[in-house]
Amino acid sequence: MAERSFAEAVKSLKLGEGETFTGEGILAITKALLESGVGYVGGYQGAPISHLMDVLADAEDILSELDVRYEANASEAAAAAMLAASVHYPIRGAVTFKGPVGVNVASDALANLASSGVTGGALIIVGEDYGEGSSIMQERSHAFAMKSQIWLLDPRPNLPSIVKAVEQGFELSEATNTPVMLMVRIRSCHVTGSFPTRANKRPDFTVRDALANPRSDYARVVLPPMSYVQEQDKINTRWPAAQAHIRDHGLNEFFGPSGGEGGEGGNNGGERGAIGIICQGGMYNGVIRALQRLGLANIYGDSDISLYVMNVTYPIVSEEFLDFCKDKSHVLVVEEGQPHFLEQAFAAELYKAESETVLHGKDVLPMAGEYTGQVMQEGIEGFLKKAAPNLLPASLRAPNREEIADGPDLSKVVPIRPPGFCTGCPERPIFAALKMTETEKGKHQIAGDIGCHLFASLPPFEIGGSTMGYGLGPASNAAFDGGGERRSISIIGDGGFWHNGLSSSIGNAVYNKSDGVIVVVDNYYSAATGGQDVLSSRSLATGAGSKSTGHSIADAVKGVGVKWVRQIDRTYDVPKMRQILDEALTTDHVGPKVIVASSECMLNKQRRERPLANKAIKEGRRVEKPRFGVDEDICTGDHACIRLSGCPSLSLKQLDDPLRDDPVAAIDQSCVGCGNCGEVADAAVLCPSFYRADMVHNPGRWEQMISKFSQRVIGWLQRRRAARRIEFSQEQS
Amino acid sequence: MSKAPDMPKATTSSDGIIKLAIMAVGGQGGGVLTNWIEDCARRNGYAVQATSVAGVAQRTGATIYYIEMAPAGDREPIFSLMPAAGDVDILLAAEMMEAGRAILRGFVTPDRTTLIASTHRALAVSEKTIPGDGISSTQEVFAAAGIAARRFVHFDLEKVAIEAGSVISASLLGALAGAQCLPFTRQQFEESIRISGRGVDTSLHAFGHAFDLAAGIQNPEPEPTPADLPVADNVPEHLRAGWQQLETRLEQLPEPVRAMARRGLRAVVDYQDLAYGEEYLDHVFKVLECDNAEDQFRLTHEAAKYLARAMAYDDTFRVADLKTRGRRFDRIAREMAQPDGARMKLTEFMHPRAEEIVGMMPHRLGLFLSRRPRTMRFIDRLFNRGRRLRTDRLPTFVMLYLLGGARRWRRGTLRHAQEVTHLQSWLDEALAVAQRDYGLAVELIGNRRLIKGYSDTHARGLSKFDRVNQAARQLSGRDDAAQWMARLREAALKDEKGVALDGALKTVASFAEAKD
Repeated sequence: MAERSFAEAVKSLKLGEGETFTGEGILAITKALLESGVGYVGGYQGAPISHLMDVLADAEDILSELDVRYEANASEAAAAAMLAASVHYPIRGAVTFKGPVGVNVASDALANLASSGVTGGALIIVGEDYGEGSSIMQERSHAFAMKSQIWLLDPRPNLPSIVKAVEQGFELSEATNTPVMLMVRIRSCHVTGSFPTRANKRPDFTVRDALANPRSDYARVVLPPMSYVQEQDKINTRWPAAQAHIRDHGLNEFFGPSGGEGGEGGNNGGERGAIGIICQGGMYNGVIRALQRLGLANIYGDSDISLYVMNVTYPIVSEEFLDFCKDKSHVLVVEEGQPHFLEQAFAAELYKAESETVLHGKDVLPMAGEYTGQVMQEGIEGFLKKAAPNLLPASLRAPNREEIADGPDLSKVVPIRPPGFCTGCPERPIFAALKMTETEKGKHQIAGDIGCHLFASLPPFEIGGSTMGYGLGPASNAAFDGGGERRSISIIGDGGFWHNGLSSSIGNAVYNKSDGVIVVVDNYYSAATGGQDVLSSRSLATGAGSKSTGHSIADAVKGVGVKWVRQIDRTYDVPKMRQILDEALTTDHVGPKVIVASSECMLNKQRRERPLANKAIKEGRRVEKPRFGVDEDICTGDHACIRLSGCPSLSLKQLDDPLRDDPVAAIDQSCVGCGNCGEVADAAVLCPSFYRADMVHNPGRWEQMISKFSQRVIGWLQRRRAARRIEFSQEQS
Repeated sequence: MSKAPDMPKATTSSDGIIKLAIMAVGGQGGGVLTNWIEDCARRNGYAVQATSVAGVAQRTGATIYYIEMAPAGDREPIFSLMPAAGDVDILLAAEMMEAGRAILRGFVTPDRTTLIASTHRALAVSEKTIPGDGISSTQEVFAAAGIAARRFVHFDLEKVAIEAGSVISASLLGALAGAQCLPFTRQQFEESIRISGRGVDTSLHAFGHAFDLAAGIQNPEPEPTPADLPVADNVPEHLRAGWQQLETRLEQLPEPVRAMARRGLRAVVDYQDLAYGEEYLDHVFKVLECDNAEDQFRLTHEAAKYLARAMAYDDTFRVADLKTRGRRFDRIAREMAQPDGARMKLTEFMHPRAEEIVGMMPHRLGLFLSRRPRTMRFIDRLFNRGRRLRTDRLPTFVMLYLLGGARRWRRGTLRHAQEVTHLQSWLDEALAVAQRDYGLAVELIGNRRLIKGYSDTHARGLSKFDRVNQAARQLSGRDDAAQWMARLREAALKDEKGVALDGALKTVASFAEAKD
């Protein structure tokens, strides 16, 4: 069960010829796949294309109606390997994952696929996680396209362009027998807009047809001597074919003077300067916005400066590029990220062509980092200052630009706000227990992994100092497998565990007789990517639907030979968690010590249970709703509880009492009553300030009677005492 | 586009595109808000584009949603996918520090930006974990917003939302509509909420209230000003004369001290009884003897505050007493919004250790036991475990009630003897210093702030208190002794382990060496 449901939205996938689709980029891509007659789809979740997987999952009925096979692959490598179906069969296939980390994982299969070549169109939709909002190291997927000879599309970030790129990608792939990567950036995946739809198309040749007519051809197998032939084929046949196809079908676009659409004046000669801008398709809107702000383009993109927009960023089409440069004194390459592959290639082309055109790029734009609005504008301004200062508005040419009046410096005031565990997260008590263990026994070597649990490396827990890749947490502690004064600890999530952790991390530890402790954080989902199901998910849908879940992690671990396994089915039980950690850290058992700590992701649990509970209350059934509170006159404002929590609902409150200096803990109404506060206060012997209030809606009659009686006696006792002493409440004291 | 007569004038930038950014904290419903605005624009004749970043950044972190719109025509405008510094027309900040972040990033500029911000705070982890007061002040953000924004609309929109049983996305939309900086009418916005179909009634309620506030139809409730202490009107008949005596004595204190001493007196009487109040005033008057009017009686003022804190120390009787009070039960029912017909179960989390048990014993017995480690271990084994106590149930309630009532024997306990000794030495030391260095004495009194919490936390506080106080000897004689003492205390409150304090103490120690 994914975090976000597209059950309603996928209805728009059924739109027919000539209707208008309005919605998000990922949904538009799915629609485009159906319009292109795709035969099978798959992928692995991860921002920014997680929701594409969710859309596909929610659209499974529509897909099967069209005889399209949908597979939620175990990893990016598995997804890329699935494209093997297009090697021999004329079936269009598409898989999606995030880049570049997903591409890293998939690269083995991608390289083999590229060498074999394809018959049916093979499309790899890569969500490029670069820039603000990204959760990974900042790199480019571009390099993979270059090294494996996979063609790379980077369409302009609007729905019609992205949709068109899907169809174009399949055509390019088939025309050149080469897999094609379609890159969409973080914001393009969720950009909204409209495009005219076409009717969905059943694949001409389905995967079922293939099974009825199996094919093989050893010339396609990556084995010598065929692999040498394939290497030559890539360069001598497929590459020129791709360049010809790109040129002949106009995949790249020209705008502005003497360009294509929007070229109005053709005033690119003479005084207005023979200059041009070359950009990746994905950069187009940013370039136009900068030109708009410089007064060189209108809101429809009619530009005074010629633009060469590369919707295909690999391979480059030399003639197209040199043609564009022919009458220009200066050109600017807008290429986000590093290394600057395009600029380097263009520089070589100009040099070989003995061109006099001056090439700009990373001299006016930064080598690394996202090209935000500010960066883009400054870069293009810098380019114009060098290449055609007369084009700049007078205000920008003046040496003294008006500075915006400075206000107070807020950089010290505004706190950083990195992502963290959600309210009620079941992973919080695991790390609270681990922090208490470290407080008692000293700091340990702890390795993290990819997933929500990596938030533990941030304050207040500061647990784990590295992350080496999905499912590689325990593997990254391998150097310490031999043991030492204090055992190493590694963390791995259920997502990473099934992605490749079972073999790369657990198997590795078993085989090498690791002395380490491995904590498997099992929250029933691939939670960080949006709550997709994994093999061990325990959702109610288990057994139903097209996916098989409910497979125990503990059993899998035992299956590969771990002898010391402890399963915890309620992570909120902090004392138990601590006790098991202690046991794992002190036992003389030889081999890895694996703790599987399982509790459902609270975000998903709430989404599942809250509507049911509300319905039950309305229907008059008995429902208990827990919530925590703090007695503010007992809390002394030391905030030790927060240092073991960091829960968004556990915050501070400044009391209106001059006797109290420090703010006290307070729990707001967003509390879901997970229990961490109470457990931690108890396990760490903090203070008695916390209480849990369980609201019992629609209590039974007997229960109500006893409760009323108790309340009456309690009330009498309280009034009795109040009458015999002087009580000042908080507000009166 | 609608031709409603009350169509507000739009904030449009020179290029005809309206640029709107939403800065929020993950989980505040920024996505829903974006959908509403986008839907409203699209249905009312605008070409519109929205972008957001989904994924892990949304988990309680700072997030941005961005919308651009322009009147729809034959051609599609080219919209940007992210906000640029100096190029935002409307900025919605779903929290005050996020407004600060928007200003910091240059998204709020005086030539064009209407800043609509909720003034409430959602504290960042870094603010909450400080043992002292680590909350960032919003004052500077307000000042910066006043300068940076063309127009600054601000209310506590979180409060508006909660009062309506809704979430802040709804009240933010109301404020946006009410501020009339988009070319759509109230009805057009409301229609978008209706179409979205989820939580419509509560959303519309929050929307309406926020709209009225932003449109100036309704004024926000004024911030409650700290009122003078109300007259103590709940003093039982038989105690009234005794209380009156204390109040009369209080009046003899100099004016600058009186208000604080009144708070302190009430705190200790509430804690124990009238006689304890008498003791408190004795202490205060003793401090007053060493004080003088030139210094505005600062020493007595601080002592009035911290004596109350020291005398009303946190012990088991106190916790039991507070946990069983009627007012507490009322407050919880109010805070938890107990609906009619629902019943509330109340669970307390207690974890007594041998120290707490022995501390409740008569002085001599307690001392005898506490000096025997094996006995203490045995007591620990008997008592030291987490206890979940259900105070809505009679047996547990009565047990705690009796324990709370046992406070009348508090004066004879080991813990009380320890506290009295500690208080006396703390006070004596400060008063002794007062003769030589008045400022330092004030700071020594203030160091009591470091002692707080229970169990380990209390022990840690005590050790910090001791270490800071000991530095007085090294500082004595220096002109800036008081400043250094204050600095040491601040350092002690910076982090749990006392890393900052260690550093500061090292510096102080170096003074002493230099002196030698």
